[in-house]
Amino acid sequence: MSIDNSTVKKIAKLSKLEIDSSSESQMRDELNNILEWVDTLQQVNTDKTEPMLSVFNESMTLREDKVKIDNDQDDILSNAPEKNSGFFVVPKVIE
Amino acid sequence: MSSHEGLTIKSTIDGYKNKKFSCEEITKYFLDNIIKQKQLNCFITETPEIAIRVAKNIDNNFCYSSDKCMEGIPIAMKDLFCTKGVRTTAGSKILENFKPFYESTVSENLWNAGAIMLGKSNLDEFAMGSANTTSFYGNVINPIKIEKNLVPGGSSGGSAAAVAGNLCIAATGSDTGGSIRQPASFCGIVGMKPTYGRCSRFGMIAFASSLDQAGTLTKNVQDSSIMLQAMCSHDPKDSTSSKNNIPIFSTFTDIDLKKKKIGIPLEYQIDGLNPVIKKRWEEVSEYFKKKGTEVVEVSLPHTKYALPAYYIIAPAEASANLARYDGIRYGYRENSDSLDELYEKTRAKGFGPEVKRRIMIGTYVLSAGYYDAYYIKALKIRQLIYNDFDEAFKKCDLILTPTTPNVAFAIGEKQNDPLEMYLNDVLTVPASLAGLPAISVPAGLNEDGLPFGLQIISKPFDEKLVFKAAKFIEDLHL
Repeated sequence: MSIDNSTVKKIAKLSKLEIDSSSESQMRDELNNILEWVDTLQQVNTDKTEPMLSVFNESMTLREDKVKIDNDQDDILSNAPEKNSGFFVVPKVIE
Repeated sequence: MSSHEGLTIKSTIDGYKNKKFSCEEITKYFLDNIIKQKQLNCFITETPEIAIRVAKNIDNNFCYSSDKCMEGIPIAMKDLFCTKGVRTTAGSKILENFKPFYESTVSENLWNAGAIMLGKSNLDEFAMGSANTTSFYGNVINPIKIEKNLVPGGSSGGSAAAVAGNLCIAATGSDTGGSIRQPASFCGIVGMKPTYGRCSRFGMIAFASSLDQAGTLTKNVQDSSIMLQAMCSHDPKDSTSSKNNIPIFSTFTDIDLKKKKIGIPLEYQIDGLNPVIKKRWEEVSEYFKKKGTEVVEVSLPHTKYALPAYYIIAPAEASANLARYDGIRYGYRENSDSLDELYEKTRAKGFGPEVKRRIMIGTYVLSAGYYDAYYIKALKIRQLIYNDFDEAFKKCDLILTPTTPNVAFAIGEKQNDPLEMYLNDVLTVPASLAGLPAISVPAGLNEDGLPFGLQIISKPFDEKLVFKAAKFIEDLHL
């Protein structure tokens, strides 16, 4: 499976990464190289194997269903590039 | 001042107890070295005020105990661990001005145990790299044969170089596919990645959550066992933090290696393995035999598929983890009138090329139509690799391998083809995929005087045995 420039554009869109047309072809070649290499996995028969999501096999604990206030609004906003009256500011999204 | 050069965690604490020197004196000595060795670029942020303040407190109230096993030890904190009020960048432009308002559990545990932060050490951007060349804050220079301008390895390159260059006594690292063990090998020090779940991931900036694990970079094996003790804890804030009993790691000395079996996996004799490293691997297995430890051949048949599977799984998880960097809540922002454009521009300017490449790969393998062929396939391979280790450990207690196929290379090499860089981790990635504890311990020098390590892997939660075997290799003084 090899990808073309339009696929690169599509993945960049899904990744929310602006990509200028001059670097599209380079990205395409790099991705194709990597994908060609990982294709060696197709040699392995995995019909009878289940996918392994995590090596962690201990039971997970549910926390108590209790309201806890760990974070302060000022703290949370302290790193925001733009804030106003206790809110994060974004460009206008509703017409 | 040079009498402080070989200080370890153990010898520093002994010195404090015997009042040979004060904590402030030791802290200033290392802060001074950091300034003198600025060209190594080991630190992204230095924290001398914090270090001196904590050191003075410790001098006024020195109380060494098992809970204070790092009392007065100046360390480097990999800049992937969030430190309250201290800039934490993950080596990325996108977090250039990020000051966390909370502390990672691992760093908090270390401060509670008495450790002193000298600064935040340099790393590959978001821990993605094997040479510390992807950092936005510039590459780190390996202090070994400094005139050769070699890479320290990565991603914990700043941490490893700081320990090897005597800029700190020990350092934290994080290991996703080899990011502690590979730089330890390149810098001639000890690097330990414990079992997945031993150290909490809370506050450790995420790269690939099912693989990320914190660990130690130290001058010797005993120090590693002491420091790891301080870092490990069960943490309700991390859903994959283990509730397994945490033993006293430093009592590894009580183990009798004669009753243990060491496995040598034939599949690790890869093409391109440096003959000097291969020979030393064979010699060390002979030393174990002479000691009375049985050495057996084992097979890990899916080894060659580990690296390609890793380069699907890790980018897939990274593409999801790094979605949070959107320029809205924290970090770098590139303004625009449209929200989507703001995201796209912010991320295009804020991330470096390797991070973008991995986000793109990860997004692709998770996208509709490719999910089964790539992502699910890789997870199945991961299961097979896990099963390989499971089978092998029916025949042996430990597995001995080289850490890296080769010694450190020059800065600027292996930069043209990403795949060439990925191959650095070919021998460390399998244990990462299986979540197993693994250490790199120095095993000598090549003909040019460059260090390399051997790797010891054990069953889950058998870190003590790993330390014991590593100590045996250390005591060979190769």
